Amino acid sequence: MMAEVRSAEDKTAADDILERFGSVKSDDLIPLLQQVQKAYGYVPAEILEYLSARTGIPTSRMYGVITFYAQFSLVPRGRHIVRSCSGTACHVRGAKAVREGISEELGIPEGGTTEDRRFSLETVACVGTCFLAPVMMVNEQYFGLLTADKATSVLKAFE
Amino acid sequence: MSRGQVVTRVADPGELAALKTRLQEEGVGGGARIGVCATGCRAMGALELAQEFRDQLAAQGLDDDVSVVETGCHGQCARAPLVLVEPQGFLYGKIKTGDVADVIEKTVREGVPVERLCEQANGEAVPAMADIPFYKAQRKQVFRDCGKVDPKRIEDAIVRGTYQGVAKALTEMTPEEVISEVTDSGLRGRGGAGFPAGVKWGICRKVQGDEKFLVCNADEGDPGAFMDRALLEGVPHQVLEGMIIAAYAIGASRAFVYVRAEYPVAVEHATLAIEQARECGLLGQNILGSGFDLDIEVRMGAGAFICGEETALIASLEGERGMPRPRPPYPAQSGYLARPTTINNVETLANVGSIILGGEGSYSAIGTEGSKGTKVFALAGKVENTGLVEVPMGTTLRQIVFDVGGGVLGGLPFKAAQIGGPSGGCLPSEHLDLPIDYDSVKETGAIMGSGGLIVMDEETCMVDIARFFTEFVKDESCGKCSPCRIGTRHMFDILQRITEGEGEAGDVDRLVEIGEFVKEGSLCGLGQTAANPTLSTIRYFRDEYEAHINDGACPARMCKDLIKVWIDPAKCVGCRVCLTVCPTEAITGGKKLIHIIDQDACTQCAECYLVCPPKLDAIVKLTGREARELESLPAPVLYTEWRQKVGAAAGQPSEAEVE
Repeated sequence: MMAEVRSAEDKTAADDILERFGSVKSDDLIPLLQQVQKAYGYVPAEILEYLSARTGIPTSRMYGVITFYAQFSLVPRGRHIVRSCSGTACHVRGAKAVREGISEELGIPEGGTTEDRRFSLETVACVGTCFLAPVMMVNEQYFGLLTADKATSVLKAFE
Repeated sequence: MSRGQVVTRVADPGELAALKTRLQEEGVGGGARIGVCATGCRAMGALELAQEFRDQLAAQGLDDDVSVVETGCHGQCARAPLVLVEPQGFLYGKIKTGDVADVIEKTVREGVPVERLCEQANGEAVPAMADIPFYKAQRKQVFRDCGKVDPKRIEDAIVRGTYQGVAKALTEMTPEEVISEVTDSGLRGRGGAGFPAGVKWGICRKVQGDEKFLVCNADEGDPGAFMDRALLEGVPHQVLEGMIIAAYAIGASRAFVYVRAEYPVAVEHATLAIEQARECGLLGQNILGSGFDLDIEVRMGAGAFICGEETALIASLEGERGMPRPRPPYPAQSGYLARPTTINNVETLANVGSIILGGEGSYSAIGTEGSKGTKVFALAGKVENTGLVEVPMGTTLRQIVFDVGGGVLGGLPFKAAQIGGPSGGCLPSEHLDLPIDYDSVKETGAIMGSGGLIVMDEETCMVDIARFFTEFVKDESCGKCSPCRIGTRHMFDILQRITEGEGEAGDVDRLVEIGEFVKEGSLCGLGQTAANPTLSTIRYFRDEYEAHINDGACPARMCKDLIKVWIDPAKCVGCRVCLTVCPTEAITGGKKLIHIIDQDACTQCAECYLVCPPKLDAIVKLTGREARELESLPAPVLYTEWRQKVGAAAGQPSEAEVE
């Protein structure tokens, strides 16, 4: 599954999400933002303004939440999200070298997105497949027992 | 989303029992089955494998007789992908689509094993799962059905007796009786702290309130633990059963499964299981005619380790930044939306059904004085059998690592095991015979945590491990308490310096001082345990810290700034293998010419060290004085000339053998 890319001008997706929630309660904020990110690939500032006007939740509170949790991004991300695992098992089996290899191949640091918006590179604390260490996820697919070489060749298949 | 027919709705315990009997008679969950692990193993192509089985069985007209089931985790993840063939009970590992035809021909049709896919023990194939040493040394209680049932079918769960505990609790027992049964069983919270589950429920039960909540904490943030993921993916109904009983005990009518977004399959299976339980009448209004109502909702975490902490989790559920609150008031008094709330870990809840059904005596018969039942460990790192293992409380570290785990990877010496993740500590070899339970582990300065167990060998640097965990808690600290926010930052900076060879006298004492301060001055579990990895590695491996600081040496030869990679001219025969893998082209030489590493161009990635043929073993990592006083050859020479001049190192292959 590729991350969706939708223009922040397009409010229909936000409308659909709001409709699904009905009346948005205060404790719906995180699931709401998760769905927005899923629909737009990130959380666009314009959409936040729009959601705030519709729900009455202040944008300041939204920003507070967005900047607290690692999952949210305020800037557009790549079509494919590469999550390099930096969990303990991966670490002792050489995840750092794998991550450096990917970073060099893509020419972006951790947290970066390639200029052509093909890839974003993130680290994740553990994806729970420690037996395959070192591991990375590309979108929702797992790749295990990696070396730097193997990881970069896997990425070639993602356009 | 649920596949196949909609399962019958059951209105009372009699109907549930009748449904179970009917499903048994229909042979649901039994007979000839190919169980492909489709949770963890999907990273190794398990889904394609399951499809190949389906296609070939159909092509041979066997699809009516043999079902292909996508199951949960079998546990022996090192052999992924794993396939369990029933009724033979053969467990095949590292199986590829090309092996499918043989499995059908030999095992399905003739009932004999395909030996090349079996576990090998002492040079012999061990086909039956029950005979494999890895499983023999375990005691599967929580994981008894995982890998055997189809997690996407409630029928598979019901036929194996899941939800019978719900029937008994809701219709034959009062909430108080449930609480005392679980209290007497000795079940302690598996999330880490080990608080008695029944006592926790009892407190929440007694608090006045017209609305109460139950939360299943599946925010498994410990990097290196994956048992909660495996349970939700493999036996979601067993977890729901525990949730229904717990909610009944405390008097909650709404419950949440709070699960990490990084676990998409767990989210999918939990969501599906809830839908099915609702259709079946096991969730919703008047469950099994008991008058008890409950609904469960899945909430996804948004990527914050701190949210495994109870009060932070509640803040997150409320749509806030996940920052802990001071306790008291405890969540049992004022939790989600200021209502009484109980939070239990996945593994804790997965134990509940069988406790209620079997009675507390059967449960507390296993384990130690203070810790009852079994514990699941996620065994990973430098160990042969990485995977999920379940053993009685009180099993020794040696039994877990060697009998179950098959020993250290490559037969290297055991150095330590890191237990409990970023909140835990290390257990060095002197503790190999320690019976592991909540209390014994705590005495060593570590904590059980959720059960992550990372095995480390002589090539794992303990300072680097401390640096690794400290970096993690530094990043994950929510920032509310300054000792945690600032202290972990300082600790990280010091540890980073030490691993870079910039350590200073007094650094170790400084780390202890700051560590104790962080421990004392933090509100929640994250801060209170953040210094554990550093303090416990200092406690057991202080000499490694001293070696980094005083001698500029990393005894494990892991810290790049303190090592040099060197080719021993007495051993190199100029085979060019290392030369081709070097990413910085730092190695010069040619065929039969002794290779030389240009130390200025070398990044110490040690790729060459990994590929040098073992019979030559010519590449070594040097550290400390050896590294500083290293002299390289000025220019490549023919290895034969070198041997004539200086002589070959002992035990090296002769020139004839090299040719």
